[in-house]
Amino acid sequence: MKYLDEYRDPGAASRYVDAIAALVRQKWTLMEVCGGQTHAIVRYGLHELLPSQVEIVHGPGCPVCVTPAERISRALDLARRPNVILCSFGDMLRVPAGDADLLRVRAEGGDVRVVYSPLDALQIATQHPDRDVVFFAVGFETTAPAIAMTVQQAARLALPNFSVLVSHVRVPQALDALLSDPDNRVQGFLAAGHVNTIMGMAEYEPIARAYRVPIVATGFEPLDILQGVYMCLRQLEEGRAEVENQYTRAVRPAGNEAAITALQDVFEVVDRVWRGMGTIAASGLGLAAKYARFDADRRFDWTDVQVEEDSARCIAGSIMRGHSRPSDCAEFGAGCTPDHPLGAPMVSSEGACAAYFRYGVA
Amino acid sequence: MCLAVPGQIRAIDGEAPLRMGTVQFGGVTREVCLAYVPDAVVDDYVLVHVGFAIATIDAEAAAQVFRYLDEIDEIDAATTA
Repeated sequence: MKYLDEYRDPGAASRYVDAIAALVRQKWTLMEVCGGQTHAIVRYGLHELLPSQVEIVHGPGCPVCVTPAERISRALDLARRPNVILCSFGDMLRVPAGDADLLRVRAEGGDVRVVYSPLDALQIATQHPDRDVVFFAVGFETTAPAIAMTVQQAARLALPNFSVLVSHVRVPQALDALLSDPDNRVQGFLAAGHVNTIMGMAEYEPIARAYRVPIVATGFEPLDILQGVYMCLRQLEEGRAEVENQYTRAVRPAGNEAAITALQDVFEVVDRVWRGMGTIAASGLGLAAKYARFDADRRFDWTDVQVEEDSARCIAGSIMRGHSRPSDCAEFGAGCTPDHPLGAPMVSSEGACAAYFRYGVA
Repeated sequence: MCLAVPGQIRAIDGEAPLRMGTVQFGGVTREVCLAYVPDAVVDDYVLVHVGFAIATIDAEAAAQVFRYLDEIDEIDAATTA
């Protein structure tokens, strides 16, 4: 397909690999911050093509994986209510909270529907005026504009039976949290290109300056990632710490202004718990007060139950901070597999553990 | 989850604020919300994420990843010369 196949060209990839080998003079640790990049790196074995001095660690780039158990518990609670249709992206269905997940609740009779787009959930709400339709809104800044437009449309249609359970997260605040950790070892970031497509580059400037760390907005195909790695390493070798854009075909410096306008209308910045990382200030988006009637948190009555975030045997938090890799985990591939996961990164198709398992990285 | 797939706009229907269109991905077509690419026209390539076009692909910038390789070669040649 156009704009995909050409970025998988082996000849150009090997030129990048050679250029990186010629460039690197010392040890460096880079982190990618998007689950799609994690999978591309592991799927194409890009980490194995790099010089031994270059280590790639995998950040908190999987929104499904960082969705806290508290949010999932509320989704499970809603899905168990007889009058509710809970709509979700497919990725969320197998992520556990306590001893349950949405797939299990569906098997027990809950009305859980997988949708491709949040607009599909609006359609379901229109078709079922006698039911409460709730969309489980997870995702980074890439995904939040789709939910923003859906909520705006629900308001225009004055839909009385539609709401969203919001768990959106913001990438820059997570980078800041990682870098302020005294044990941080990440020296350069490949930023998640599609987040930059929406938000642009400006938010990353203060982070690059404050922590003296290069940040390169990077795409998702093998050549994109290799170029992003080259640009990041080149900055490090030259002693620079700047924000650069590898993914120019899709990222404009100011981002997508129509999408940003919608985000500002529908959401407000909130503190958010990241599974495995704890609470990060201002790292989430919640519905603005003017859309309160579409906010499932405010619309329903709750009797929350305390659930454990993760098994004590799961090292997801350490992996997402870049301290460990999935293959460092004692349970990897034995006590923890996609069929019997201990933590979310083994469940989600974009989790680092699932990627290592699927592509046989030992 | 942040996966976005490139496709070509085949038709635009629906009007602002919920501008919709038909986008072709290889042999598959799909209804996509075009509200966030207000300037996109038929035949443009867009990146689609969860049913929403989030960017028009810049055809000129699309070759940048290859041009950059040539720039590296030129810099390396100049440094070694």
